[in-house]
Amino acid sequence: MLDDFFVRALIAGIGVAIVAGPLGCFIIWRRLAYFGDTLSHSALLGVALAFLLQVDIMLAVFAVSAAASLALLALQRRAALSSDALLGLLAHSALALGLVCLGFMSWVRIDLMGYLFGDILAVSAADIAVIYGGGATVLAILALVWRPLFAATVNRELARAEGLDPDRADIVFMLLMALVIAFAMKIVGVLLVTALLIIPAATARRLSSGPERMAVVAALAGAVAVALGLFGSLEWDTPSGPSIIVAALALFIASLTPLARFGAAASLAGKRRP
Amino acid sequence: MNEAMMPPQHARHPVATECLARLENAGVERGGRWLVRGVDLEIARGEIVTLIGPNGSGKSTTARMALGLVKPDHGSAWRARGLRVGYVPQRLAIDWTLPLTVERFMRLTFHLADAEIDAALAETGIAHLRRAEVQHLSGGEFQRMLLARAIAHRPDLLVLDEPVQGVDFSGEIALYDLIAGVRNRIGCGILLISHDLHVVMAATDTVLCLNGHVCCRGTPHAVAESPEYLRLFGTRAGSALAVYAHHHDHTHLPDGRVRHADGTVTEDCHPGDGHHAGHAHHEEDHRGDGHHGKDRGNA
Repeated sequence: MLDDFFVRALIAGIGVAIVAGPLGCFIIWRRLAYFGDTLSHSALLGVALAFLLQVDIMLAVFAVSAAASLALLALQRRAALSSDALLGLLAHSALALGLVCLGFMSWVRIDLMGYLFGDILAVSAADIAVIYGGGATVLAILALVWRPLFAATVNRELARAEGLDPDRADIVFMLLMALVIAFAMKIVGVLLVTALLIIPAATARRLSSGPERMAVVAALAGAVAVALGLFGSLEWDTPSGPSIIVAALALFIASLTPLARFGAAASLAGKRRP
Repeated sequence: MNEAMMPPQHARHPVATECLARLENAGVERGGRWLVRGVDLEIARGEIVTLIGPNGSGKSTTARMALGLVKPDHGSAWRARGLRVGYVPQRLAIDWTLPLTVERFMRLTFHLADAEIDAALAETGIAHLRRAEVQHLSGGEFQRMLLARAIAHRPDLLVLDEPVQGVDFSGEIALYDLIAGVRNRIGCGILLISHDLHVVMAATDTVLCLNGHVCCRGTPHAVAESPEYLRLFGTRAGSALAVYAHHHDHTHLPDGRVRHADGTVTEDCHPGDGHHAGHAHHEEDHRGDGHHGKDRGNA
């Protein structure tokens, strides 16, 4: 069954969507929507450094993404700038640094874009193993830090005063993001990873009354978008990654309609008081 | 601290005078300015310490030092190991992007059983709001939820930064009663910041009056009569330092009427001349001062 490129794409895409959904919720709650783009720009620097230093690309991308994430945390505390300004600062700086690094390597004649914009239809069985192994690790760690991470998202001082460690939860979250970007980017493409972080989580917001429910709905919405998008691209011969994102957008628009809210309300009705 | 104040149900905490948190000559400096300095403060189990003082006098900074949220730049802050803390911050804005019900908010930092959540919400009078989204609560309901969450996990130390802001007047009395009751029931120490300069719970053991430093301290009545307090707030304010001790006197009914100790029910607390002499709770005395309507409206 895994011989079929379409089935492999479906499995890989759903795997990425399930991991991206819960992480994407935190991205939305913390107003870090450009975090994915910042990490993908940092990833270019990672690819350039991998060539320069002759190290594994995934490792270099993770290292640079992690450094950018931790730089964001450090700057949030000190710089008296908002997160969006810091994300823009980091994104453009990392991109420029990456291009400057490449300028030093006149001998490199490799299509960098190929490393950044993977093709979901070219996913191998080994890639699927990486996605599910990495994804399971990420979700397990996220579950472990869920309470302090969410409490810190609501109010850091409250979380710290009552004995949780928001700083540690933040660092773990940032490293998880860097890990997801590093392992998923080359396999399914950076555009698809960042879109699957934001759009399904945004879709889930209107359908959810609690954070855990929103994380699950986001993962499901992402998985459905992957399936719809891939079948659509097969049917109409459209590019696969963008088709998935268009499907995710369609789900988001559907979530805004009264029908979707009615459905969410009805599913909650059993729990509500009369 | 004061054995007479210790509640009877102390089996859970055999050492009644156990110190929970202590500040010694503590101060915080920001941008070359002392927010507060030279604070000595000790909170023992079963004790209620109330901080009062004008805006910018360092009340919240003092509480945050006691909680370990800011490190003192001078002096020291100490807390007992493994202290369970319940905290009601002065300001807490819940971002509307967060899907959050009252029930989930109750479980923010501690795991709680359903029954514990129900009990805490019922105590603060918002049991019916369990499934409501926190963004839809009114200011007073929100404060009640914060208080319910802080007491639900039976903390050792309860730090309440203006816990009754935005709560209507009769609710305010009920919540002060509740806070005193919580101290008696679970034997926690309480650090309370009063948003209302003149109103201090009768159950308070120690009042610290802050104005960038500790300007005076003592029992509520001692502070009200101290020259430092009078110099800071004026003789008029001094005469108006009110103490809640109403529950031996009358009860505010839900429909706004008042039931007195002798069993009679009237439209308000003092049906005679609008003034109640020989009455343990004096808050109406300054509620007529005019600045109160303002305080009450801004929540």
